[in-house]
Amino acid sequence: MTHTVLIGLGVLIAILTVVAALGLLPSLRIVPDNTHFDFTRFRRISFPISAALSIVAITLFFTHGLNLGIDFKGGTLLEVKARSGTADIAAMRTKLDALGLGEVQLQQFGGPENVLIRVAEQPGGDAAQQAALQKLRGALGDSVDIQRTEVLGPRVAGELLAYGMLGLMLAIVAILIYLWFRFEWQFALGAMIANVHDIVLTIGFMSISQVDFDLTSIAALLTILGYSLNDTVVIYDRIREMLRRYKKMPMPQLLNESINSTLSRSIITHVTVTLALLALLLFGGHAIHSFTAVMMFGVVLVGTYTSIFIAAPILIYLGVGEHREDAPETATPAKKNKA
Amino acid sequence: MLYFTRWRALGIILTALIVCLCAVPNFFPEATVKTWPAWAQRRLVLGLDLQGGSYLLLEVDSNYVKKERLDQIRDDVRRTLRDAKIGFTGGVTVRNDAAEVRITKETDVQPALAKLRELSQPLGGLMGSSGQRDLEVSDAGGGVIRLGIPQAAMLDRMRKTIEQSIQIVERRVNELGTVEPVIQRQGNDRILVQVPGLQDPTRLKELLGKTAKMEFRMVDTSVPPDQAQQGRLPPESELLMSASPPPTPYVVKKQVLVAGGDLTDAQASFDQRTGEPVVSFKFNTSGARKFAQATQENVGLPFAIVLDNKVISAPVIREPITGGQGQISGNFTVQSANDLAILLRAGALPAPLTVVEERTVGPGLGQDSIEKGELAAYVGSILVIIFMLLTYRLFGVFANIAVAINVAMIFGLLSLLNATLTLPGIAGIVLTVGIAVDSNVLIYERIREELRGGRNAISAIDAGFKRALATILDSNITTFIAAAVLFYIGTGPVRGFAVTLGIGIITTVFTAFTLTRLIVAWWVRWKRPQSVPI
Repeated sequence: MTHTVLIGLGVLIAILTVVAALGLLPSLRIVPDNTHFDFTRFRRISFPISAALSIVAITLFFTHGLNLGIDFKGGTLLEVKARSGTADIAAMRTKLDALGLGEVQLQQFGGPENVLIRVAEQPGGDAAQQAALQKLRGALGDSVDIQRTEVLGPRVAGELLAYGMLGLMLAIVAILIYLWFRFEWQFALGAMIANVHDIVLTIGFMSISQVDFDLTSIAALLTILGYSLNDTVVIYDRIREMLRRYKKMPMPQLLNESINSTLSRSIITHVTVTLALLALLLFGGHAIHSFTAVMMFGVVLVGTYTSIFIAAPILIYLGVGEHREDAPETATPAKKNKA
Repeated sequence: MLYFTRWRALGIILTALIVCLCAVPNFFPEATVKTWPAWAQRRLVLGLDLQGGSYLLLEVDSNYVKKERLDQIRDDVRRTLRDAKIGFTGGVTVRNDAAEVRITKETDVQPALAKLRELSQPLGGLMGSSGQRDLEVSDAGGGVIRLGIPQAAMLDRMRKTIEQSIQIVERRVNELGTVEPVIQRQGNDRILVQVPGLQDPTRLKELLGKTAKMEFRMVDTSVPPDQAQQGRLPPESELLMSASPPPTPYVVKKQVLVAGGDLTDAQASFDQRTGEPVVSFKFNTSGARKFAQATQENVGLPFAIVLDNKVISAPVIREPITGGQGQISGNFTVQSANDLAILLRAGALPAPLTVVEERTVGPGLGQDSIEKGELAAYVGSILVIIFMLLTYRLFGVFANIAVAINVAMIFGLLSLLNATLTLPGIAGIVLTVGIAVDSNVLIYERIREELRGGRNAISAIDAGFKRALATILDSNITTFIAAAVLFYIGTGPVRGFAVTLGIGIITTVFTAFTLTRLIVAWWVRWKRPQSVPI
């Protein structure tokens, strides 16, 4: 069934390609030419909204917390599949609760025959985790196939968490330094504020949705970071170019022009990335579901919004483009690159 | 921007072609590829999450290594002082990471220091040039001499322990008959073991969890075990429990007759009379000599076969065993006899190993992940391709050609690097498709803008490329930094994601700067367009 659909779509692509090559296809403009939205004035709404959302996200983080996955918390995780029919979670729960391993979480995962079993870290170091795994395997018996096992001792889990956080910081600092070299420091600072904003909101999302926060979440966060910056850099590049070209244009207007002239690109790229992520979310299977869900939120909902409504307008407050008429040589970010 | 010399165009096409061709071995079965020349054999490796298998992270117990060394120092100190006839009081104590001894006579302290300093060896053997030594002998005052292990010496010892352990682990894993296991050192005290295709690592963990220190020692018959349990244990003996249930105590002499290191071979077999599983073994020459002598002297007495401080069996010596071979029986099943034979053949681990991380994926789940990942990749690509066609028409066709080559090059580079493809890695490729077209979008939008600004077709295309390429470079470097950090901190599947994301960025920038430009340049030369259908 899926194959027929794929082949059908392939044929559609072939036809479209031929039609497009012959120039018979009408042009699709998602964003009309020459838009003149006043994005910078919107900052009086967008900044308070972002600040409020950030506060909500931080509050959520401290009240709800993150649902630390096994990577960072330690413990045991089993993914099992019933040999026949659907998995009887209730019966499984009674059996596993009797083992005395503390709280055992059972959760349907993917189809009705799949169950995810989580057991918190056992006191007594690494050997105790292994003993718990043996008990679980014994109690589950032959009625299920064990598809996946993960066991993490307390120290490795602690190290992974420290490493993940360190990596996140490292990435932010490295990117900051790069931007500082390529642009002026105000741009680097603006990008970083936007960056932190993205991460805070995404962490708020992870807190509210209680998806597992594990190594793949760090990967998702770093990707969101990279992608959101990608967007920001495109707009900043244009702002720099405009600053060089129009020395007398007032800053809000200059920022608006920059955002509007890159708007079409922002939206189109946005659509293509969304399409790719959508495919992953719908067809990529449950193993990467939370990974793609987090990226979807960060990239699609937050990243582009941040670039347009935070990263660019914030440059006004950081003093970019002031005193251009007085001393254009020093105030214009004239670096070697001529974007 | 739109002019390419013939050689430059040829170079670009050749580069792209060669990189794409690197992906070819992946489309042939492994057996076929094996028959090709070595340079053509590089291919993608599927991660454990896709092909199924076990990942174990083992930790060497550094406290055990330190304690072993301190015990050894204690014995050396005793022997040295006794040989030199220097009196000491209260024995040699081991505390605070050092051994201490109190010399009885004040006048003996200097000679004792001189003697004990001889125990200290330069680090790194004769070639060691660091000037550091493996033992720090100092006068702690009050007649107490302190022997400590310097930090460097401890690190050196750990390094050697890990190296030895890796060899033993390798031998034990290979005995399981697995395909292409990976065994690597990680950090200061850890060993990583990856066994593709292994669905249940229980047996592997059992094999790796045993130190397998084998000793032949005499049973002390002077005290019955129950009395020894109440504390009347002779100083030269210790109380050990049986390996098989029910736990039975044995009083065993501390002196070792022959150790496992003298074994040359061990095989699981069946006892000819009783038919039960046994392990038969062979000693090397010196082991055979020692064993022959010991059995000659102790006919009629029981001796104990001790594995990791547990008594496997304690048979009575009926006659001297001079042939250098024998068999161990001890309530074995076929499996446990087999495992013991493996352990004895592979040798003893220098220190116990603990499993600190374990991840296993069954082959069914792996296959499922591959199928889902493939489907998502197809659907994602098709959606993006259709969208690009609808948005940019002819230039969408150009973009799609560039993206197709881009993906082929990603696979080529991954194969060339023998990189590991994981499920998040596949996600990385799908995401790259979404992001890769961004470079085309940037260029095309810029061209549209330049056209609106009143430039003619060719000048607009030229300016569009010129202005957009710098932006493309700037914007991709940020994502590349994130991918590089992720590669550095991540392990397993996450690292796979970092690899595809990073390589995707490299190929994206390459195609934007070369192929897309080349395609458009050709089209311009062929059509000499008055307007741009964009």
